[in-house]
Amino acid sequence: MEYFLQQLINGVTLGSIYGLIAIGYTMVYGIIGMINFAHGDIFMIGAFSGLIVIVGLGALGLGSAGGLIVVAIIGAMIVAAAYGWALERIAYRPLRGSFRLAALISAIGMSILLQNYVQLAQGARVKPLQPMIEGGFVLMQKGDFTVNLSYLQIIIVGTTIALMTGFSLLIAKTSIGRSQRACEQDMKMAALLGLDVNRTISLTFMMGAALAAVAGMMFLIYYGVIDFFIGFLVGIKAFTAAVLGGIGSLPGAMLGGLLIGLIETFWSGYFTVEYKDVAAFAILVLVLIFRPTGLLGRPEVEKV
Amino acid sequence: MTVLLDLEGVAAYYGAIQALNGIDIQVMEGEIVTLIGANGAGKSTTLMTICGSPQARSGRIMYAGEDITNRPTHQIMRMGISQSPEGRRIFPRMTVLENLQMGAAFGDPAHFDADLEEVFSLFPRLKERIAQRGGTLSGGEQQMLAIGRALMSRPRLLLLDEPSLGIAPMLVRQIFAAIKEINAAKGVTILLVEQNAFHALRLAHRGYVLVNGAIQMSGTGSELLARPEIRAAYLEGGAV
Ligand SMILES: Nc1ncnc2c1ncn2[C@@H]1O[C@H](COP(=O)(O)OP(=O)(O)O)[C@@H](O)[C@H]1O
Ligand SMILES: [Mg+2]
Repeated sequence: MEYFLQQLINGVTLGSIYGLIAIGYTMVYGIIGMINFAHGDIFMIGAFSGLIVIVGLGALGLGSAGGLIVVAIIGAMIVAAAYGWALERIAYRPLRGSFRLAALISAIGMSILLQNYVQLAQGARVKPLQPMIEGGFVLMQKGDFTVNLSYLQIIIVGTTIALMTGFSLLIAKTSIGRSQRACEQDMKMAALLGLDVNRTISLTFMMGAALAAVAGMMFLIYYGVIDFFIGFLVGIKAFTAAVLGGIGSLPGAMLGGLLIGLIETFWSGYFTVEYKDVAAFAILVLVLIFRPTGLLGRPEVEKV
Repeated sequence: MTVLLDLEGVAAYYGAIQALNGIDIQVMEGEIVTLIGANGAGKSTTLMTICGSPQARSGRIMYAGEDITNRPTHQIMRMGISQSPEGRRIFPRMTVLENLQMGAAFGDPAHFDADLEEVFSLFPRLKERIAQRGGTLSGGEQQMLAIGRALMSRPRLLLLDEPSLGIAPMLVRQIFAAIKEINAAKGVTILLVEQNAFHALRLAHRGYVLVNGAIQMSGTGSELLARPEIRAAYLEGGAV
């Protein structure tokens, strides 16, 4: 029971990170129907940008830990949004309307490019970060086993809930969100109503990238190490989360992220840590075979 | 009367296929002009080319004294041109209200409530369905919504593509009455594409007949209605 509770806490924390990244996959798919395989690397860029801000400002002796983190998150979101914007402009827009595989190949190419660029610029070794937020609550104790809920976990889950709520409201209630949904449902009609479709697509990439950057910061502080390759595995798991929830669906991405985080954590907790990545990929395969529309996705029938 | 829309020798293509073969159309401010022709003649392409999608490959499109031939669609649509397109293209997973809000996306927000009330007084049915999703409306309701959405930007020129297609005859009459009112009461200039030539020619001040991407004839509504070749090709045996 204690062990279960601890895994649950860890799983929800990890699921928050996956969920935030999954939103970017699902939004881009919703609007232009492509899988942005470089999205995981935008997450990685976000983590690196945050680390650079923290190390840089920390070296100057500026700011408290809390202040540093807030500045780093904002910096990481801006940098990642700029990369997201550039990615779409350079690698995807010229191929829009071309055959589907072209954009996919371009995305994989951009993913490799970003990884290699960061490897060259920052080196291949892992980058450590001193723990910045320590301590927490002991929820339960039985023998030597304690159930811990760290402050950091509370912050990660709390931030995720706040961001997801805010983002859902943005999509459902604001004119920006309405424009994005209009483009998703009928891009040609959206243009006939005066909408600058290219701008809306750019904005979608930037929003997804900014959320991935927040996830990157969480990953950095939670695990304390990053390298140029983190975007690959985390990216594929977040993609799996988006597919599990139903690609194109915003609540689906959030639910899928949570589920993948829980599944991975419980799998490592109860079976074997070595094969923890297999769990996520097995789910990807099973969903694609038995329920390609995912849990909350809608069938692709009403396209006119 | 001033010329609001002027197409001069406009040609349009889909890839290598030519759909418009150098057409000339003039629409005066305040007029209802109809464009009739058989299926595949290029009527929808004409309306879409005015909106820049596809862009005209040759010729010139003037609107309100400005050359809009090579402008992107969203810019053209912010100049006071609106379209209710073929197939209606209602956003299926948005409510009636949201669809109308999309129509007003670039208007003055201060006008929104008044414009919404005007659309509802033109099509009271829409008010009853305000929270219903577009995709679940009947064809006639969707057509009303498409026209209402096009009106929400307070257009000077309204392009209507086959508003009577696939709609129950009783609703067709209602929609044609609304078109007449939009023109007469609001002073909106209308370019109406129709296969239902009888209704369209009776309603319109002038008409053009499009055959295989070229204008074959033009004249006032009553002139064209009286032409035997029009009666033979588009009226007799056709839906009334
Ligand atoms: N998206 C498209 N791609 C290729 N050809 C098209 C497309 N739309 C229309 N056409 C062709 O262009 C011609 C004119 O079509 P259209 O303007 O839709 O005619 P109408 O509205 O008068 O029925 C037709 O031959 C049609 O097959
Ligand atoms: Mg047509």
